[in-house]
Amino acid sequence: MSETTTSQTASAEALPKAQNPAKQFIKKFTQRKSAVAGLAFIIFILIIAVIGPSITPYNPNAYDYNALLAGPSPQHIWGTDEFGRDVFSRILAGAQLSLGTALTASVIGTAAGVVLGLIAGFFGGIVDSFIMRVCDVMFAFPGILLAIAIVAIIGPGITNVMIGVAVFTVPSFARIIRGAVLEVKSELYVEVAQSIGCSRLRTMFVHVFPGTLQALIVNFSMNVGGAILSASSLSFLGFGASVTQAEWGAILSQGRNYLATAPHLVFFPGLVIFLTVLAFNLFGDGLRDTLDPKLN
Amino acid sequence: MPETAENRASAAERPLVSVKHLSKRFPVSKNFFGRPTKFVYAVNDVSFDIMPGETFSIVGESGCGKSTTSRLINRLIAPDEGEIWFDGTDISKLSAKEVQPLRAKMQMVFQDPYGSLNPRMKVQDLIAEPLLVHTKMSAGERLKRALDLLEVVGLSRAYGERYPHEFSGGQRQRIGIARALSVNPKLIIADEPVSALDVSIQAQVLNLLRDLQEEYNLTYLFISHDLAVVEMISDVVAVMYLGHIVEIAPNEELYGNPRHPYTQALLSAVPVPDPDLKKEHVLLEGDLPSPSNIPSGCPFHTRCPLATEKCSHEQPPVTMVGERHMVQCHYPDKSIA
Repeated sequence: MSETTTSQTASAEALPKAQNPAKQFIKKFTQRKSAVAGLAFIIFILIIAVIGPSITPYNPNAYDYNALLAGPSPQHIWGTDEFGRDVFSRILAGAQLSLGTALTASVIGTAAGVVLGLIAGFFGGIVDSFIMRVCDVMFAFPGILLAIAIVAIIGPGITNVMIGVAVFTVPSFARIIRGAVLEVKSELYVEVAQSIGCSRLRTMFVHVFPGTLQALIVNFSMNVGGAILSASSLSFLGFGASVTQAEWGAILSQGRNYLATAPHLVFFPGLVIFLTVLAFNLFGDGLRDTLDPKLN
Repeated sequence: MPETAENRASAAERPLVSVKHLSKRFPVSKNFFGRPTKFVYAVNDVSFDIMPGETFSIVGESGCGKSTTSRLINRLIAPDEGEIWFDGTDISKLSAKEVQPLRAKMQMVFQDPYGSLNPRMKVQDLIAEPLLVHTKMSAGERLKRALDLLEVVGLSRAYGERYPHEFSGGQRQRIGIARALSVNPKLIIADEPVSALDVSIQAQVLNLLRDLQEEYNLTYLFISHDLAVVEMISDVVAVMYLGHIVEIAPNEELYGNPRHPYTQALLSAVPVPDPDLKKEHVLLEGDLPSPSNIPSGCPFHTRCPLATEKCSHEQPPVTMVGERHMVQCHYPDKSIA
């Protein structure tokens, strides 16, 4: 046997030149300028969220009765609100709460959606029908309306906004992951896992789930933008952060009373929300285009 | 080879695998209430024995039910009728959970070397996976065994860290074989293991399979549509047509003295590398009937040059025409050439 082994090592063909998938991915991704810009802005805003509260030029909650509703000026570059609080400082400080709410809600909703989608797709049959029909019912409501209904039932507050946004994230992820599972499940290596003797749980988590990660990452990045918008909307409608908290939606909500006299109160938080959502969407689009082999 | 096969067979009288009257059909259309109305009859009343240490091949056209038979024996799918005895137990009616531990004794090598390896796992983890599932070995022991196996199948230990996409088809098939070997199975079901490979690589992999068989005393169930490959590796060959086994014979006997008209036609179609040799080709008329509408009587009668009235309504009996030579034909003594 030792003879044949050595001769076979010699005769087995040389290893083909390996292509590093990570390098290829980075190369393709960087060709998409808008996605790179989106990613840069996301990184920037995440840094702000972390260090924002400590670099504010003013205390975001300090009143200054000498500068009520002042427009943008060298002292207050984005102006002040009706209590004289510096809008720029409040937006810097609010990044943490706004992004934190949206990201937490997205993570919770995605996790639940992924588990349901995995179960539905992998086991099929009645379980699948049941989960998907429940999702259909939830799809029948516009997302934000569902979140409002949930928050209206369990009461206002940041935590409840997270729950509300998370709940309406669940069905779309359940559906996306189910689709991805059905695709991966038809792969030969999943049948091979069964023939090796893997348990169904092992097959599901070790062999099927990693195949859905791509769909998961892409949709997660696109979902965060929507979640920021929804969380801000809920705060704007008065369901989320209280008016005293520095949160983008809450700042916007307060500012609407002075739309005619002090439009900067609405403009700057609105702009920041808009740019952040846009950045997440561009990044998500870029990721999807890079990862989807059919679009290359 | 044949002497050794016979020796092995006589040494252990009990077959490792014994299939009795196995049938499987798949629904293809359903009525309004979800009741199936039309079936594809993939495997029909198939019986054979595989002796320990031998290579038993099933050969036939695509769609004749050979892959279904292998999946039934591995219990990836459940049979509708019949028994499958493996190593002394009837596994045909076991539940999916009960079948799982059996897979330690019965592993598969698949046709598609590209699709059968999970692209997101390292080669060493792929090979060690059956060990993880079936044994209580530690991670270090599993790794050592996986790397040892890489050497056994003729690959470098250094390849363990790599991912499947870095390998060629032949190398991947070696990885698949290493994985099947990891748990020291008694039976390896090889479903068209070389069909996706270049001819030069085919020979390498077949030689590897044969060496491993001697080294580890393996029993193979070998599925192929390639008569030359089957002739090279088999001890006993079964010929399938439309879900029926029409002839089973020891390798030399089948290639030297085929008794079923279908086997004769198949063998006459094998090209001979001699331009001067004028060979009688037996051309079969008509197309392969649909497996959802198998002809009555002998399934082959619609295309058989010897068919008579009797063939169209009477199922031919199982006739033994020699040592382990079974043929299912009304006229096993006639030749079509």
